[in-house]
Amino acid sequence: MHRRPGSMHAVSEGIILDHVGKRFTVGVAALQEVSLQVAPGEFVALVGPSGCGKSTILRLVAGLDAPTLGRVEAPAVTDRREAATAFVFQEPTLMPWASVFDNVWLPLRLAGVARAQAAVQVRELLQGMGLGDFEQAYPAELSGGMRMRASIARALVTRPRVLLMDEPFAALDEITRGRLNVDLLAWWAERSLTVVFVTHSVYESVFLSQRVLVMSERPGRVIAEVTIDEPYPRTAAFRATEAYQDACRRVSAALVAA
Amino acid sequence: MKPERLLPAVTLLGLLVGWEALVRLAQIPHYTLPAPSLVAQTLWQNFPSLAASWWFTLRITFGGLALAALGGVTIAAVFALSRRVEAALFPLAVVLQVTPIVAIAPLILIYVESTTAALLLCAWVVAFFPVLSNTVIGLRAADPNLRDLFRLYRATPWQRLRLLLVPSALPYFIAGLKISGGLSLIGAVTAEMVAGVAGRETGLASRILEASFRSETPKMFAALALLMITGVLIFWAFNALSRVLIGRWHASEQP
Repeated sequence: MHRRPGSMHAVSEGIILDHVGKRFTVGVAALQEVSLQVAPGEFVALVGPSGCGKSTILRLVAGLDAPTLGRVEAPAVTDRREAATAFVFQEPTLMPWASVFDNVWLPLRLAGVARAQAAVQVRELLQGMGLGDFEQAYPAELSGGMRMRASIARALVTRPRVLLMDEPFAALDEITRGRLNVDLLAWWAERSLTVVFVTHSVYESVFLSQRVLVMSERPGRVIAEVTIDEPYPRTAAFRATEAYQDACRRVSAALVAA
Repeated sequence: MKPERLLPAVTLLGLLVGWEALVRLAQIPHYTLPAPSLVAQTLWQNFPSLAASWWFTLRITFGGLALAALGGVTIAAVFALSRRVEAALFPLAVVLQVTPIVAIAPLILIYVESTTAALLLCAWVVAFFPVLSNTVIGLRAADPNLRDLFRLYRATPWQRLRLLLVPSALPYFIAGLKISGGLSLIGAVTAEMVAGVAGRETGLASRILEASFRSETPKMFAALALLMITGVLIFWAFNALSRVLIGRWHASEQP
C-alpha cells in the first residue's frame, strides 16, 4: 500500500499550524513561528533536541493548551464535541487501580458507553493487539511493552481520526520497540489514521513516517522537512535499504544544523 | 506458615515468660509488679465489669475515628477544591494538631455538656489530622497525564472525581486512617483520664484510675492489657482493609 499526503484542501480532518507561537507563563518561549500542515491519513514524525517544543505542538493539536500567537486547526480544537483525537504519552499512563479491560474501556466510559456495550469492541481490540489473555490483569502485572500496547488500545478504542504520540516507545528496549513500530504501521494502515509521532530517534522517525519534520532548539521552529517516499508495509528489511539510510543521513544532518 | 510470621508471637511469649520468671524469682510483691499469670487471672475474674468499660472506650474510639475519617475527607475535599480556603484554614488544623489533648480536654469538658460528646470531640481532635493532611496530598497526587487524558475525553467533574481523584487518593487516605486509628484510641483514653472516674458510664481509663486509687496493681495491668489488645486489633484491621482495597495494585502492598 502506498499512500501520499492527501490534498491540502481537505483541511477539516487535517492539522494546520499557522505561525504559531507559545510562551508559558514563566516567560520561556517554547515555540516560535511554527507553521506546518498534516494531511488526513498522513504519518508525520517530529524530531528535535530535548525541550524544543515537540510535546507542546502535540498539546496544542490535542486542544490541551492554547497558542499564544497564531492559529491551530485540528479536530480536537475545531470540533470539540467528538473524541476524534487520541493521545499516547511517553509513559503508558494507565490507571494502576484498574484492569487492562477497564483502562481500555475508559474513553468510552467517559462518553457514557456502558461496560456491556463496550465489551465486544474492547475485547476485539485487545485480541488484535496480543492482549487477549490479559484483560483482567492489572498494569503492574504487565511488561513495559504490554503496558504500551494497552495504552495504544485505549487510544484507538474511540476510533479516533487523529493519533498523537509523544515519544511512546522511548522507555522500551530495542526489540520491543522494533516490534511495536511494525505493529503501529499495521494499525495505522487499518484505520486511515492521521498520526503525529514525536521521537528522539532519527531511525524511528524514518522507519515510520512519510514525512519527518526537524525542529530547532528552543524556541522551537521547523527547520527542515525530509520526505520518505517509500511504500508500506515497511518491515525490518526496509532498514537495510539505501533509501532508508539516505533518509536517516538527511535527517541527522538537519539535526546537526539545529 | 513462614517462620517470620511466627516471630512476633515468639517475641511476645518470650517477654511474658521472662516477666513471669523475674517476678517469681525476685519475689516482687504483686502491688509493685504483678506476674502475667496474675494479670490474666484478674482479667478473667473482673471481666464483666471491665468488658462494660471496654465497650464504652471502643465506642468512643470508633465514633471519634469515624468522625475523623468523615471530617478529614470532607475538609480535604474543600481544601482540594480551593487553595485559598486551604491557606486560610490549614494553620487552624495544625494548631489543633500540635496542642496536647491533655491540655485542652478540661476545657472541652467544661464547654460540652454531655461527657460522651466531649470525649468524642477529644478523640476526633487527635485523630482527624492524619486523614486530612494525607487526603489533601492524595487528591492532588493524580498523574498529570491522566488528568490531561480526562480533559481530552471531556470527562465531567463527577467522572473526574469518581474515576480519577478518589482512586488516586485512596492509598493516601488509608495510610492516614492507619495512623488515626491508633491516635483515636489514645485521644479517647486521654480524655477519659481527664474526665475522671465520675459518671454512670465510664471507660477503661476510669478503671485504671479507680484501681490506682485502691492500689490494685493487677487490675491496672488487666485494663492496660485490654487497651493494648484494642490498639493492636485496630492496627491489624486497617492493615487488612488496606490489603483488600489497594492490595492488588499499589506499590506499598507489593511484596
